[in-house]
Amino acid sequence: MAVRKPPVTTREYWAPGHAACAGCGCATALRLATKAFSEVMEEKYGDPDAFAIAHATGCMEVVSAVFPYTAWKAPWIHVAFENAAAVASGIEAAWKKLGKKGKILAIGGDGGTADIGMQALSGMLERWHNVVYLMYDNEAYMNTGIQRSSSTPYGAWTTTSPPGKYSIGEDKPKKWVALIAAAHQIPYVATASIGNPFDFIRKMKKAAKVDGPAFVQVQCTCPTGWKSPLEKGVEIARLAIETGVWPLFEIENGDIWNIKIQAPGGGAKVKRKDGRVVAIEFKKPIEEYLKLQGRFKHLFKQPEAIDQLREQIKTMWKALGVEVTLPKPGE
Amino acid sequence: MPIKKVMKANEAAAWAAKLAKPKVIAAFPITPSTLVPEKISEFVANGELDAEFVKVESEHSAISACVGASAAGVRTFTATASQGLALMHEILFIAAGMRLPIVIAIGNRALSAPINIWNDWQDTISERDTGWLQFYAENNQEALDLILIAFKVAEDERVLLPAMVGFDAFILTHTVEPVEIPDQELVDEFLGEYVPKHAYLDPAKPITQGALGFPAHYMEARYGVWEANEAAKKVIDEAFAEFEKRFGRKYQKIEEYRTEDADIIFVTMGSLAGTLKEYVDHLREKGLKVGAAKITVYRPFPVEEVRELAKKAKVLALLEKNVTFSVGGALFQDFSRALINESEKPKIVDFILGLGGRDVTFKDLDEALAIAQKALNGEKVEEVNWIGLRKEIL
Ligand SMILES: Cc1ncc(C[n+]2csc(CCOP(=O)(O)OP(=O)(O)O)c2C)c(N)n1
Ligand code: SF4
Repeated sequence: MAVRKPPVTTREYWAPGHAACAGCGCATALRLATKAFSEVMEEKYGDPDAFAIAHATGCMEVVSAVFPYTAWKAPWIHVAFENAAAVASGIEAAWKKLGKKGKILAIGGDGGTADIGMQALSGMLERWHNVVYLMYDNEAYMNTGIQRSSSTPYGAWTTTSPPGKYSIGEDKPKKWVALIAAAHQIPYVATASIGNPFDFIRKMKKAAKVDGPAFVQVQCTCPTGWKSPLEKGVEIARLAIETGVWPLFEIENGDIWNIKIQAPGGGAKVKRKDGRVVAIEFKKPIEEYLKLQGRFKHLFKQPEAIDQLREQIKTMWKALGVEVTLPKPGE
Repeated sequence: MPIKKVMKANEAAAWAAKLAKPKVIAAFPITPSTLVPEKISEFVANGELDAEFVKVESEHSAISACVGASAAGVRTFTATASQGLALMHEILFIAAGMRLPIVIAIGNRALSAPINIWNDWQDTISERDTGWLQFYAENNQEALDLILIAFKVAEDERVLLPAMVGFDAFILTHTVEPVEIPDQELVDEFLGEYVPKHAYLDPAKPITQGALGFPAHYMEARYGVWEANEAAKKVIDEAFAEFEKRFGRKYQKIEEYRTEDADIIFVTMGSLAGTLKEYVDHLREKGLKVGAAKITVYRPFPVEEVRELAKKAKVLALLEKNVTFSVGGALFQDFSRALINESEKPKIVDFILGLGGRDVTFKDLDEALAIAQKALNGEKVEEVNWIGLRKEIL
């Protein structure tokens, strides 16, 4: 009987026994990311273990390294909230001097990347360290109990953006960190999702292959912070792609004018010109994505807020060079 | 043969770094220490120092990169001062807690506000509880020597703590003096090739660094830093002795000057010790029984040596370029702790002076002396005295 090669190695670096909540999409993301990374290390350096991880403070850090236990089967260091990129820079510099073969993976949440860690990230990218920075984007500060970050989407409930008489929830559009990273004209930038794990694995491998800095932003679900059913993480993440809420793209070789948009699926109609996606007609309304999450529940009482979010999503796609149609329910 | 060059303390610090051969240096410019990374960049650019220079975007990243590099198993170095050190504050605890023997050169400078680039010790004094070892240099030669000694002690298996070496802004950082640059081979023998003594990031032996310490473990980790500070006392003495043997220059945690039969001993740190020695000479000529003592090692605090010193005087007059509000200077606190349970102890009078680069002159010292003499005569004096205040602008 023919045995199919698994899409990614069966080696594990993120061991069972970590303390993440049941259904945590971010834990899935890290598991896949480290597997994909190690495959490239094997290819590149003949050693699947030829890497080290620098991790920012946040959910994935605290759940994985509770002394005297560890979920990590790779050399791993946590220093602080804002400096995973700078710590990774130091490790990379040391390995270079030691003539050590391998690559550094830096990991941070959206808070540790888009907010407090932005400066260190920018410094690392600009100095061209041979580091892959993985931003796992659960769209809020989860570790401290679900506060908004600059990566929290418009309208979302968090403990610091509560909806109320004078508040719609988070009132600013989501910050596009991948585009900020791309502005450094680095070799590889991508967005990914645990809703499309194969694509995510492919992108992590691509990022790991690059010589120089790479940045991958993966949207991953957090049932605790999103108030969503434990078992629906992947489905929700897929809906984010299929409704236009979460675009998947790649920017290579620092060419920020050449954003490679990926077709979203879910019945969306894609129009291409010269091989490039120029327009997408989404079939599923964003409400399908929103309604599975308690953090957006209040928006359904104020449909104009959902329309506002729709407009913001259109603007975001426009910045990516794509005209989109986002249907309303029943349209 | 060692060579003598005329240089600023900043250059001396850069030379010390060159001689210590760190593999990674990460630094960010700040007055008065900017020349340290500049000079090191030159060494690296000329191939005189085989190191990676990480040109970070802030001090926070400088120390973070040093933590990363040190955790990866190489000798690391950086330099900063004042606001830069304050920006590192968070990571200083982490470096000590992780037991990483990083060395920082500090051009001791006042902290804002108001912004001020001149000398006092508030920057490093404010970091005294991070767990870092602290050395203070009196002159440019000491800046160089103490950095080498700091590496030696920090990397010792019994210690494994980061260390900072302070030298006064402008008074030393920007003032030239003849400095003897020791032979590279002798420094190599003194320091040895850096071999990480404990766990470091290695794919062949994956380990986790910087884990979450629950209440069941955190206290033990802090105790580890406490113990290492205690252990450092002996290791520092050994390092001083070895340094003297190899290079001929003698260091002590507390250096005494004409303390024999002294009634009053002035105690200070850094470059002020130089002024003070001259002042003591001047007083001795007048027949006054006054001595001086210089704190070279501030952390670990030399409690035993302070007790010995205290036996020699009737009044200890502390001259401090830092403030601990409601208490006085930091030394006042430390000396009080060292002497509180001694059965016989001198009076301690504290003087705060020279903040933000204000000159400390003989006239200021006369003012302090007058108060110390009153104390000696059994008169009641203020415990904390601000010297050289311009009362007319208060
Ligand atoms: C300097 C500093 N400020 C605040 C904190 C507290 N803190 C720890 S984790 C965290 C939020 C992490 O959010 P994110 O990066 O989005 O990761 P997540 O927890 O969502 O995985 C905060 C605010 C800290 N550790 N350090
Ligand atoms: S709070 Fe969210 S991100 Fe954190 S472990 Fe739980 S599910 Fe994962």
